[in-house]
Amino acid sequence: MVAKEETVFVKRSTIVLVGAAGLILVFALASFLYTRQRASEIEELAAAADSPLERPHSQTLGSADAKVVLVEFFDPACETCRVFDPYVKAMLAEHPGRVRLVLRYAPFHQGSDTMVKILEAAALQGRFRATLQVMFDTQPEWASHHRPQPEKIWEFLPRAGVDLERIRRDMEEPRIREILEQDVADLRLLGVRKTPQFFVNGQPLTRFGREELRRMLAAEVAKQYPR
Amino acid sequence: MATPESTVDTDWTILFVCWLLVAASTLGSLFFSEVMELPPCSLCWMQRIFMFPLAIILLFALFPFDPGIVRYALPLAAIGGLVALYHLLLQVGFIPESAAPCREGVSCSEAQLALFGFVSIPMMSLLVFASVTGLLWSLKRRRSS
Repeated sequence: MVAKEETVFVKRSTIVLVGAAGLILVFALASFLYTRQRASEIEELAAAADSPLERPHSQTLGSADAKVVLVEFFDPACETCRVFDPYVKAMLAEHPGRVRLVLRYAPFHQGSDTMVKILEAAALQGRFRATLQVMFDTQPEWASHHRPQPEKIWEFLPRAGVDLERIRRDMEEPRIREILEQDVADLRLLGVRKTPQFFVNGQPLTRFGREELRRMLAAEVAKQYPR
Repeated sequence: MATPESTVDTDWTILFVCWLLVAASTLGSLFFSEVMELPPCSLCWMQRIFMFPLAIILLFALFPFDPGIVRYALPLAAIGGLVALYHLLLQVGFIPESAAPCREGVSCSEAQLALFGFVSIPMMSLLVFASVTGLLWSLKRRRSS
């Protein structure tokens, strides 16, 4: 009787193990195929003449003839974007003249579209970088998750050395609204759903992380600039 | 151990099939949200609340075989099925949009996915919840007779 019960147990656990392994295998295979499929779709989009990864209006940092383009979709209200900002700058410094950063907007949070408009209006005064720095520095004040207060940004903007009156006037320009709409259309097309999302020469960063991005960037630089 | 062994075997298999269906659905829903990055709407979350625990409690009821699980698993499957039915009716437009509990955030009435052109997420969810409810019900009947 005991021996029989043991056989039944062995038989049943085999069935369940095989079932579980099958399910996990299907899941892993589907994930792999789906990710590969998405990556090749994005590569195709990036290779097109009017690539959704970079637009003429996009804010860039670094040498215009750099062979490696790092595209970052970011949200001024996103904490991870704030944390990543100095890392990205340090990574650019690691490859002087070889990497160009393209900043795109992904206004996912409430009030983020106002921040984007302010940034673009500040760019007209040549104060994009300084304004973004102020936004990130004061982010906990105006972008608290349980109580977002985007209007509080106006208290901090003078630190960026911008003309506030001009910002208020310029941010409602149709040209700036078009930039915002274009970026939102592009992020939908590229399937950007989280921020920050990075693309290195058209390839999405699939496994998110600081070291992962550094490695991907270094590999692409080594590929584009062989010794 | 008065029950003939073959009956126990069939009963165990019924429970195993239930677990398999629920485990596959759990992984499937995780695939939609984590791999495809489709944000789950609030009704999807309701269905997940009734689906995910089934994947765990049914597995434990298989070793050793514990048909008493039906008492706890059946309500979960039945309620999950009702939520899925409501979601499906909302999506096909049988229930007017104004009655939708979730208009902020991710829309529940807008289908984000259509396999083969017509199979939506609540449809698959309803199919699984209904099958599991049916199987568990049949198990309950078999045990009581």
